[in-house]
Amino acid sequence: MTDKNEQNPNEGLSIEEQKKKAAAEAKAKALELAKQRQAEKAKAAETTEPAAEPELTKEELKKKAAAEAKAKALELAKQRQAEKAKAEEATVPAAEPELTKEELKKKATAEAKAKALELARQRQAEKAKVDETSEPELTKEELKKKAAAEAKAKALELAKQRQSEKGNATEPAGDDEKAKAAAKAKAVAAAKAKAAAAAKAKLARETGGDTASEPASDDEKAKAAAKAKAAAAAKAKAAAAAKTKAAREAGGEPASDDEKAKAAAKAKAAAAAKAKAAAAAKAKAAREAGGEAPAGDDEKAKAIAAAKAKAAAAAKARAAANAKGAAAEPAEEEKPSPNQPILDTYIKVIKEHLGEETLEDAYINRLSKDVPTLVAKPDTYYKVAEFLKHNDQLCFDYLSEMHGTDFETHFEVYNHLYSYVNRQSVALKVKIDRNSAVTQSITPLWAGANWPERETYDLLGIQFEGHPNLTRIMLPDDWVGHPLRKDYEPHDVEV
Amino acid sequence: MIRTEEMLLNVGPQHPSTHGVFRIVLKIDGETIIEATPVIGYLHRGTEKLAENLQYTQIIPYTDRMDYLAAMTNNYVICHAVETMMSLEIPERAEYLRVIVMELGRIASHLVWFGTYLLDIGAMSPFLYAFREREAIINMLNEICGARLTFNYMRVGGVKWDAPDGWIEKVRDFIPYMREELAGYHDLVTGNEIFLNRVKGIGYYSKEEALDYSLSGANLRCTGTSWDLRKDEPYSIYERFDFDVPVFHTGDAWARYQCRMQEIEESLKILEQAVEQFPEEGPVMAKVPRIIKPPKGEAFVRIESPRGEIGCYIASEGKKEPYRLKFRRPSFYNLQILPKLLVGENISNLITILGGIDIVLGEVDG
Amino acid sequence: MMEDILYAQPGWTHVAIFFALGAALLMTVLGFVTYAILAERKVLGFMQMRTGPNRVGGRFGLLQTVADVFKLLIKEDTIPKLADRPLFILAPVIAFAPAFMVLATIPFSENMQFADLGVGLLYYVAISGISTIGILMGGWASNNKYSLLGGMRAAAQMISYEIPLVISVIGVILFAGSLNLNDIVRGQENIAYIFLTPIGFFVFLISSIAELNRTPFDLPEAESELVAGYHVEYSGFRWAFFMLTEYVYLFAMASLTTVLFLGGWMPIPFLGFIPGMLWFGLKFSLVVFFMIWIRGTLPRLRADQLMGFAWKVLLPLALLNIFVSAAVKELFL
Repeated sequence: MTDKNEQNPNEGLSIEEQKKKAAAEAKAKALELAKQRQAEKAKAAETTEPAAEPELTKEELKKKAAAEAKAKALELAKQRQAEKAKAEEATVPAAEPELTKEELKKKATAEAKAKALELARQRQAEKAKVDETSEPELTKEELKKKAAAEAKAKALELAKQRQSEKGNATEPAGDDEKAKAAAKAKAVAAAKAKAAAAAKAKLARETGGDTASEPASDDEKAKAAAKAKAAAAAKAKAAAAAKTKAAREAGGEPASDDEKAKAAAKAKAAAAAKAKAAAAAKAKAAREAGGEAPAGDDEKAKAIAAAKAKAAAAAKARAAANAKGAAAEPAEEEKPSPNQPILDTYIKVIKEHLGEETLEDAYINRLSKDVPTLVAKPDTYYKVAEFLKHNDQLCFDYLSEMHGTDFETHFEVYNHLYSYVNRQSVALKVKIDRNSAVTQSITPLWAGANWPERETYDLLGIQFEGHPNLTRIMLPDDWVGHPLRKDYEPHDVEV
Repeated sequence: MIRTEEMLLNVGPQHPSTHGVFRIVLKIDGETIIEATPVIGYLHRGTEKLAENLQYTQIIPYTDRMDYLAAMTNNYVICHAVETMMSLEIPERAEYLRVIVMELGRIASHLVWFGTYLLDIGAMSPFLYAFREREAIINMLNEICGARLTFNYMRVGGVKWDAPDGWIEKVRDFIPYMREELAGYHDLVTGNEIFLNRVKGIGYYSKEEALDYSLSGANLRCTGTSWDLRKDEPYSIYERFDFDVPVFHTGDAWARYQCRMQEIEESLKILEQAVEQFPEEGPVMAKVPRIIKPPKGEAFVRIESPRGEIGCYIASEGKKEPYRLKFRRPSFYNLQILPKLLVGENISNLITILGGIDIVLGEVDG
Repeated sequence: MMEDILYAQPGWTHVAIFFALGAALLMTVLGFVTYAILAERKVLGFMQMRTGPNRVGGRFGLLQTVADVFKLLIKEDTIPKLADRPLFILAPVIAFAPAFMVLATIPFSENMQFADLGVGLLYYVAISGISTIGILMGGWASNNKYSLLGGMRAAAQMISYEIPLVISVIGVILFAGSLNLNDIVRGQENIAYIFLTPIGFFVFLISSIAELNRTPFDLPEAESELVAGYHVEYSGFRWAFFMLTEYVYLFAMASLTTVLFLGGWMPIPFLGFIPGMLWFGLKFSLVVFFMIWIRGTLPRLRADQLMGFAWKVLLPLALLNIFVSAAVKELFL
């Protein structure tokens, strides 16, 4: 209970208070400091905001929309710019020391505005559709200018954070600090990759802990900057570390960001499209989903990391391991999982006996203690399961876990098998069409699958052909629907 | 001509020996069971569905209510799953505290089992003795987390509260006390001829059947399979401790009894070492984000609960709520073999066999 | 005193006196039952390291059972709809009446006895057998599967254990040369029969516990298996009657054990100044305590083991006891 209260301090506020707050927030967005302090609360308040919004006047809405439009444009530009920035990265650190204080200030203000806009945009995520039309209002040049300004400011920001151990962003962007930060940034840029990596790793840890108190947007920019600089420093290590940080911090971001990021990720994934290329995209998407708006930066950093992976040092390996957000493939490239040979054997043996076309996918699930994961095709599911059990080399005699999941696009049945002979695990999955949710039962192979399959049938509605007694097990026989389906609507005759 | 008639007998959902709201529909001829159909779901609370709308920290109290006799291991399994996904480093002190409370929980759980099992078999006193010792454990756990049964003690990244002053000493003092009492149990029960007659050779299954039916915990170890996740897939800091995995070979209720009793001793060994190695200082909580968001992907982890393998599957979309949460609940899997074991037995043996499997209905029904 | 009245000319006065005495005995027995239950709970509490009743009637809970009985008296009388109504009502009576009847022949002291029958022992065994019918009747009439199973178990168990029970007493009869309980007590003036027929005592004790349906032979009402066995559908005072039966039988059986094997009211040497009544009470309490002790210690047998034990262990032992007793009598007495 205490946790809940901490996270939702606004819950107890009356609607009026909430309204007031929402209004105050809208104005205060321009103020960096206020925003920073409110960042936490704002997150919690997000849920309540939609209720308050409809009462704003049309004008306000328009104004907001305009603000959003700008923010979006900026966002887009930023992303585009970021790509360019990468190319220019080498020059950025060099350019920094030449900036005067005034310039810095200017930039900082520009950044502050941008941030404010961005926050506004985030809050308005749902209404964001309206904005698209207003986008062209900004010229490309403007966008570029701003983006460049931001990139630099970000670099400074990062330096500043590094300087203050806790990286607490409660401080306003004071000039002195910026100057100092600039100096530090230079030093870092000049320094070798290891030093940078170490520092960043440290920072990453700290920020990981402090995210709650940090302003979200600042961090991201800082992150992006970190990446840019690291690349400029020409070492993948730094990038990897930054990535770690990104991954960590991503944990603390508001939900709306996620959604957008995800949308972006999806779009990109779609573009990246096919087969194994898609797998790579997925990996990225995974990271972005956890990550943030400046997705372009993230991806690039990743790409760089992947490219330079061969030179992976121990520090980087650790960073990579920490970067749990990374999906299997890029990570594998960096350092193959200890279970990779085992997986290869499984695949080899299965392909030898059952043919090339039996498996849909096979990978190491890094998140799940490196368990080799096989995805069977719906029609070969039983065959693969049978083979896994009875083959002398594999001999998976124990079914540890069996359940299904509704992934909205498809159902998935997950089996965790264990071989007491070889002392090895494997996860066997099968994707089932959601419209005709039928698959074969593996109860004839492992009697222990009996009840779990009934449970899966009961709660998800997946039919298991060949099951000895496929009836509801948890719910009453006359229950309507399958509750664990994502589109489940409770059927209650009394309401 | 004498003719016997089959009779349907509903054992449960309210019955003294079903340990909760469990029901078995028996087809009996006299007292001989011809067919047994277990009926479960009376305690189904839809934890997994509820969890889809809860943040990870908010799910932890729900896990307390699954296996309510060993809630600490339940707390741990979900924290462990999230920590595995986020690859968090847990502070030393927190790891030790976790191990200590989990092992205390294991002993408490086995004590409840011991007491109720003997009560099922008809001996009343061991129940009260076992509960006296359990009370000592519960009081200790109460002191550390403020609850006697539904602890809600662990968090992703560590534990919620540090041990109060003198708590570790209490645990240390408890170990020799428990050993002494355990010897008393053996004097009272283990050598008792009636008891031996009631459990020896009852509810037998082979090693192959145990594996086939996905049994775990003492139910598996009683058939000669040495399998303890604390030993074989060490999690937390279990690889630091020196302890044995009790394995018996007869595969009957007697082996399961011996197995669990010896596990209490092994847990005491772990406790002894954990208390010895307990770090003086240090944080009990890792630096974790205020709102926990495991990265997108899925993970399945399993650990050793007093009842067997408890597992937790999380499919995450990178949000603060899990997309899908699923617990591998050992009691649910272990109970599957019951209908097979009951055929041909009489009603007295039904109680012995059911008790020997050691189920907790909160866990069976999820 | 009793004898005189019994053999005198019948008249209304005598009927009244007998009635009054009977009522007095009933009250005594009820008083015993009240405190036997309390004692059982207290002793069990002591053995299980808890307090036992300690609220009603002072810190020893002296009125706890009284309160319990009062509660049972004022409880609603429920009879299941599908029960066999007449039998359901009759069953507790049939179970209880013999329990009280057997007390008539027990000599509590030299003078304190209601009927000095020549076949006292046989009378006891014969009458107590009737209770089985009451229990079976209750189990059947309830129209409940658990009580049916309990009733069947009770019938099987009580009939099985009556055999070793009776045969184990033959040793005592051999020594005393009489079935009269008074004669049996007097025969133990020098040495209690427990020392002469230890096997007989052993078999008798076990069989008597089984006859009483007490742990470890409480299968007919095995709580963890049959919920409450034959009286699962009974409540209120009908249920109390079954409980009463159980405890009156405990009283009777402990008395019989005292009389047959422990020398009844006979004092142990050099302590003859203590009245016989007290000696009887002392030995009797010892037996009751032993039975409670057993209950606090042992788990329950299984039905088939119970039968096997009766027929395969106790019966041969009881038979052996006859030969051993005969040999002892021939060689040493």
